[in-house]
Amino acid sequence: MIPSLEFKSVVDQNKKIHPHKFILWVAIGSIIMMFAGLTSAYIVKREQPGWTTYTTPLAFYYSTAVILISSLTIFLAGKSFTERRMIRYRKMLAATLILGLVFILLQWLGFRHLWATGTTFHGSGAGQFLYIIAGLHALHVFGGVIALFVLWLRARNTRIRSYNMVPVDVVSTYWHFVDLLWIYLFIFFLMVQ
Amino acid sequence: MMSTDLTIHGHGEAVVSHDTHGGEHEVHHHKETFITKYVFSQDHKMICKQFLITGMIWAILGGLMSVLFRLQLGYPDSTFPWLEDVLGKWAKGGKIQPEAYYALVTMHGTVLVFFVLTGGLSGTFANFLIPLQIGARDMASPFLNMLSYWFFWMASVVMITSLFIETGPASGGWTIYPPLSALGDANMGSKGGMDYWITAMALFVVSSLLGGLNYITTILNMRTKGMSMTRLPLTIWAIFFTATLGVLSFPVLLSGLILLLFDRHAGTSFYLSDIFIAATQKALPNEGGSPILFQHLFWFLGHPEVYIIILPAMGLVSEVMAINSRKPIFGYMAMIGSLFAITILAFLVWAHHMFVTGLNPFLGSVFVLLTLLIAVPSAIKVFNWLTTLWRGNIRLTPAMLFAIGFVSMFISGGLTGVFLGNSTLDIHLHDTYFIIAHFHIVMGVSAFMGMFCGVYHWFPKMYGRYLNNTMSYIHFWVTFAGAYLIFWPMHYEGLAGMPRRYVEYQGWASFNQFGDLNRFISTVAMVVFAVQLMFVFNFFYSIFKGRKVTTQNPWQANTLEWTTPIHPGHGNWPGEIPEVHRWAYDYGKDGKDFILQTEPLGADEQHH
Repeated sequence: MIPSLEFKSVVDQNKKIHPHKFILWVAIGSIIMMFAGLTSAYIVKREQPGWTTYTTPLAFYYSTAVILISSLTIFLAGKSFTERRMIRYRKMLAATLILGLVFILLQWLGFRHLWATGTTFHGSGAGQFLYIIAGLHALHVFGGVIALFVLWLRARNTRIRSYNMVPVDVVSTYWHFVDLLWIYLFIFFLMVQ
Repeated sequence: MMSTDLTIHGHGEAVVSHDTHGGEHEVHHHKETFITKYVFSQDHKMICKQFLITGMIWAILGGLMSVLFRLQLGYPDSTFPWLEDVLGKWAKGGKIQPEAYYALVTMHGTVLVFFVLTGGLSGTFANFLIPLQIGARDMASPFLNMLSYWFFWMASVVMITSLFIETGPASGGWTIYPPLSALGDANMGSKGGMDYWITAMALFVVSSLLGGLNYITTILNMRTKGMSMTRLPLTIWAIFFTATLGVLSFPVLLSGLILLLFDRHAGTSFYLSDIFIAATQKALPNEGGSPILFQHLFWFLGHPEVYIIILPAMGLVSEVMAINSRKPIFGYMAMIGSLFAITILAFLVWAHHMFVTGLNPFLGSVFVLLTLLIAVPSAIKVFNWLTTLWRGNIRLTPAMLFAIGFVSMFISGGLTGVFLGNSTLDIHLHDTYFIIAHFHIVMGVSAFMGMFCGVYHWFPKMYGRYLNNTMSYIHFWVTFAGAYLIFWPMHYEGLAGMPRRYVEYQGWASFNQFGDLNRFISTVAMVVFAVQLMFVFNFFYSIFKGRKVTTQNPWQANTLEWTTPIHPGHGNWPGEIPEVHRWAYDYGKDGKDFILQTEPLGADEQHH
């Protein structure tokens, strides 16, 4: 591994928030701006001639339910971690990870259904925006899945036991964020067509 | 004595719990190999140098491009056979071909705006100054910081590669407006080169976000004891606002680029509608797209981008100016307030780049008002710089000269901004040499002046040696005079209506009068470019052979970086991080020339 400095002083200073968590919050602001850019483009574009719409595939309702449940499992994972119930923590991490993958799969099925019913890349309507916006969101979920996988691997390591809450908090905050982001996007797609 | 609050161990991230190391009160120095010290370094000072030197390479390339196209503009009738030897088909018969010309101006803009004045400038000084001036061992996440540089490096590699592909690099202008940039059939540069451009910029955005997250977090969370926000040097404030702008605006550019990528390859019509391509005699099926949508997304980044470029320069200049006037910076709080005002306004003026796109005139008038409002904080800053100089005990070091040069350029370029901010005047002035003159002076040359000011001032801290003074003074005076000689005449050309982005003007009788002027501009540009090469020589020569720094605080400055050893190690301070007791600008106070920030308050002093 690449050597680096680790600053105990950071933790000891009794700051309200760990710098790594703070980095995440700023990053969330940045990600919000990206989706704000895309959804504003959507709204602007809606006023142009040639706007087409689609009917929302059922898969998106299921995926919404799945990602909501995954927020619950990651919450339970964090709770187990603070209670030092490491086996349950590992299980909850794994459950969240799988739910994340199921979410991505359901999004993919939703896309397939849309494509089959005539909404392809050709055109410039709500469907084309949906592919890009929901696709980028799924990519962000996948990033979260990778982070969960790393946490899970670390939790399996019996040689080094870590009771550092920060990585768990960071991943779980991010996971709640991509959950909320999808809820926002889903409502947006349903309301603004 | 070693620090009691620092532990160093060999893990990239917080793997091991803190408890295991909590009891150890020592620094065991980690082993550094060539790779970890110079290549994949997590030391902010090394990452700073990586950004600086990569930025310098880009600046030479970008500058060389401008020399090549100035050759065409200044000597449109001459041929240069050696050009064909170097550039091949791009300079057939020794003349820069139109495709090559467009590629050169496009890449010149892209390289200078993003790779030099964003990556090179922010990357260098944010990395160097944040930990050193706020009193931190390193960034909040040294690992992300390292990634930030390597994403920049990857972006650089992709962008340079695009220069060598058969159809050439992107050539639709640095703003890459669709439909031109979306249609490979319409333009050589819109084929593969455009994909390379988008890929490189996506990597660049990632780099800039990773950097920005770190800068903001480090400034807000890792200041040493006593370093309240209002005791920070203005450099840090400026970098803070710069990073905020970048973090909030770069993602929107990425959104726009993703849509463009789908229009190029997936057949979507976000930006395309009712197009007939003359070259292939083909009517495209795309309908309902809006190229204006791209402009909105682009300029929502593009405008903050110019402040991302200029704010760090402002910060560096404020600091250097106070030190070399031996006076406190005038209006410290007003300086912060005006930086803040510029940051807010930066997000509210993007449509002034789009006055002639058929924008609703009422909307235009709102953007005129908001644009002209920027003159207020800008004027406050200029006033404060001038009053800092006023009756100062001025030391004309090379850094100080560049700081003064910055203010001069910023005034000259800012005044023409007031012209261009008016939507009515813009009908005449848009896309002419007037705008070229304006932004090169106010953003290009000014930011370079600020960057040189920073390099000359902090070089002794970076390398423990001084730059050669004679070369430094020649560098300043030729650059300063040269920049005015190059860009001042362009105002007249622009007022006469001479449009930008044309490969030659002989077909226009009305612009023939500018033939001599163009030749003059091109000649000066070459001289100024040569002097920059001398600076590059000075830089690398002085790293190895420069006069050695023998005192800890050669400029007699107040800020924390000058309390570190001449060659600070990773961690910056060998002992404990010093505590701060006062602001950064106690110069000429109570009969003392300067008082370090670490010096406790006297009995008769009040908290700042």
